[in-house]
Amino acid sequence: MTAVVSPAPIAASRGLDPRAISSIEAILIPVGALVASAILFSVFLLALGKSPLTFFSLVWTGGFGSAFSIQNSLQRAAPLILTGLAFAIPARIGLTLLGAEGALVLGGFSAAAVAIPLVTFGFPAFIGLPLMALAAMLAGGVWIGLAGWLRHYRGVNETISSLLLGYIAIAIMNFFVEGLLRDPASANKPSTMPMGDAYRVGSIPGTSVHWGLAAGLILAVVLYILMTRTTFGFAARMTGGNVRAAKAQGLPVGFLVVTCCAIAGACAGLAGFYEIAAIHGQANASLVAGYGFTGILVAFLARQNPLAIIPVAIMFGALDAAGGLVQRRMAMPDATVLVLQGIIFVVLLVSETFYGRIPFLQPRKTGDRT
Amino acid sequence: MSDSSLFIVLIAMVGGAIRVSTPFMFVALGECLTEKSGRINLGLEGNLVLGAMVAYAGSYTTGSPWLGVLFAGLSGLVLGAMHGYICKLPKVNDIAVGIAFMSFGTGLAFFFGKPYIQPTAPRLEAIPLGWWSSNPSIEQALQVNPLFLVGIALAVFMSWALANTRWGLIVRMTGDSAASARAMGVSIDLVRLLATAAGGFLSGIGGAFLSLYYPGSWNEGLSSGQGLMAVALVIFARWDPIRCVYAALLFGAAGAIGPSLQSVGISQGYYFFNAAPYILTLFIMIASARSKSAAREAPGELSIVK
Repeated sequence: MTAVVSPAPIAASRGLDPRAISSIEAILIPVGALVASAILFSVFLLALGKSPLTFFSLVWTGGFGSAFSIQNSLQRAAPLILTGLAFAIPARIGLTLLGAEGALVLGGFSAAAVAIPLVTFGFPAFIGLPLMALAAMLAGGVWIGLAGWLRHYRGVNETISSLLLGYIAIAIMNFFVEGLLRDPASANKPSTMPMGDAYRVGSIPGTSVHWGLAAGLILAVVLYILMTRTTFGFAARMTGGNVRAAKAQGLPVGFLVVTCCAIAGACAGLAGFYEIAAIHGQANASLVAGYGFTGILVAFLARQNPLAIIPVAIMFGALDAAGGLVQRRMAMPDATVLVLQGIIFVVLLVSETFYGRIPFLQPRKTGDRT
Repeated sequence: MSDSSLFIVLIAMVGGAIRVSTPFMFVALGECLTEKSGRINLGLEGNLVLGAMVAYAGSYTTGSPWLGVLFAGLSGLVLGAMHGYICKLPKVNDIAVGIAFMSFGTGLAFFFGKPYIQPTAPRLEAIPLGWWSSNPSIEQALQVNPLFLVGIALAVFMSWALANTRWGLIVRMTGDSAASARAMGVSIDLVRLLATAAGGFLSGIGGAFLSLYYPGSWNEGLSSGQGLMAVALVIFARWDPIRCVYAALLFGAAGAIGPSLQSVGISQGYYFFNAAPYILTLFIMIASARSKSAAREAPGELSIVK
C-alpha cells in the first residue's frame, strides 16, 4: 500500500509521489478500459459483418458532427450528469445505490402532479416552475433517502432495496397516470394533463439545450466542492472509508448517510423535473428511459468524481444521440448502444484490478519497505 | 365481494402462484447455490432476460421448446462463468460486476432479440393436473408446467446434496470460511466459478419459462425485476433450497393478486397490485435484515449480509 510507505524514498526513486501515481492511474485505467471496450465491440461488429470504422465515424458524426448534433448530445448529457451524481455521492460514503431511475421517475411524476393545480388556477410560471422543481427534488430525495435510512438504521441491503424502490416508484406513477390523474384526451398513451407552453423550461440563450444542462454543471461543481473541500465531505468520505473509525470519532454516521442519499435523490429528481418541464410536458411512460441506469455507468467511469462526471456524461449523451443515426445507416437495432454500454461496464470493472498493479508506476521496493 | 368470486380469486391466486413462481424458483435456486459458495451474483436479471430471448429464438429455429430451454440454460451458464471468472480477479467487487452483467445481458438480449418479437415459437406444453375437477377455474389453475415440477425436484435434490455429499460440503465450506477451504486444499476460485456458472444455468432456464410458457412470448418488457427479487428472496429463504420454493410460491401469489382481481372484474388499483411483489420483498428484507437467525445461517464469506 502506497500510504504506508513514507513518500520521500519513492519520490527519490521515481520522481513521483503517491498522489500523482493515483491521479495517473485514475485517468490511464479508465481510458485503457474504454479503448479495450472499443476493440471488443469492434470484434463483435466484425463477427456480425458490420464495419467498426463506419460505426465509430457515425457515432462521431451523430454526437459531435454538427452544431445540431452537439446540442443534441449536450441535451441528453444533462440527465446523465444528474443521475451520475446520484450514484457517485452515496458511493463516496460507501453505498451502492441503484435508485436513480426510480427517483427520476418519481421526481418527474411529482413535478407533473404539482403542475396540475398550479396550471388550473393560473399561477404564473415563475412561481410554478420552482415549486415543481422543489417537489421533484423532495420526492427523489425522500425516495433514495429512505433507502439510506433503511440501510443505516435497519441494516437492509441498499443495493436491492433501492432497485425495488425504483420498481415501486414506476408502479406509483402508472397507478396515478392510468387512473386518478389521467388526462382523458390521452387515449393511446395514458398521461397526466399537458402543462402547456407557459410552463415549459426554455433553452439556454443561443442554444437549443434546455437549462437542465446548466443545473447539472452547477450541481456537479457544487457537489465536488462539498465532497472535497468541506467538513461534511471529509466526514462523508471518512465514513465511506471506514464506518467503525468514523463512529469511533463520534461522526454522525446516520445523518451523513441519509443526507448523502437525499442529495443523490434530489439530483435524480431534478433530472426528472427537467425531463417533464423541458421535454415531455406531461408525465407518462416515456419518463422510464433508462437514464438512471446509464448514470451508474457514467459514475463508475468517472470514478465517482463529480467533476469527471461532466465529460463522461457528455460522451454517453453523444453515444445516445448517435444511436438513431447508427440504427438507420447500419440497419442495426437500437439496442446496439446497450450492448456497447454493457461491454464498457464489464471491461471497466475488470480494469479495477489494475489499480496499484501497473508495473512502471509502482514505487521501487527499497530494502525491507514494501 | 360474494363468496363465489372470492373463491375464484383464491383459486386464481393459487394458479397464479404456480405459474408465476417458476422463474423466481429457478433464479432463487441458482442464486442460492452461488451464495452458498460465498459469492453474490446480482446480475441474474441479465441471465433471465437473455435466457428468455435465447429460449424463444431456439424454440423458433429448431421447433423444439425443450432445446430452447437447453440453449437458455447454456447462455446463462456462459454469463455466469464470465461473472465467476471476473470476480476472482483481485480488487473486483462482485456486486458491481453483477450490475454490469445485468446491463450486458439485457443489452445482448435486446440486440439479438429484435427479429424474434413478431414470430410465434412453439411453447412448452402444460400438464393438466386439474382433470379430476369439473370446475373450469380449478382446471385452469392446475395447468402445471413441467418446469415447475423440475424446479421442486431440483430444490429437494439440492437440499439433500448440500447436506450429504462431498460436493455439497465443499461448496458450503468455501462459502463459510475461505481459510478452511484453502487449508483443505480446495481451490476457492474454481468452486465459486462452478457455483456461479451453475447458478447462471438455472436462471437462464427461469428465463426460458418466461418466454416459452408464461407470459409466453418474447418482448423487451418481459422481465420486470424477477431476477433481482429472487436475490432478495434467497436472503429471506435463509439459503435453504426448500424454503426458496416456499418463498417463490409466496412471491408468485403476490404477483398474481392484480390479475386475479381483474378476472372477477375488479380492475381498481391494478397497477398498485402490480407493485405487490416489490413491496412484499422490501418488507421481508426489512423484517429479516437484523434478525439474529438470518445472520447465523448466512454463509460467512458473503459480502451482502455483513
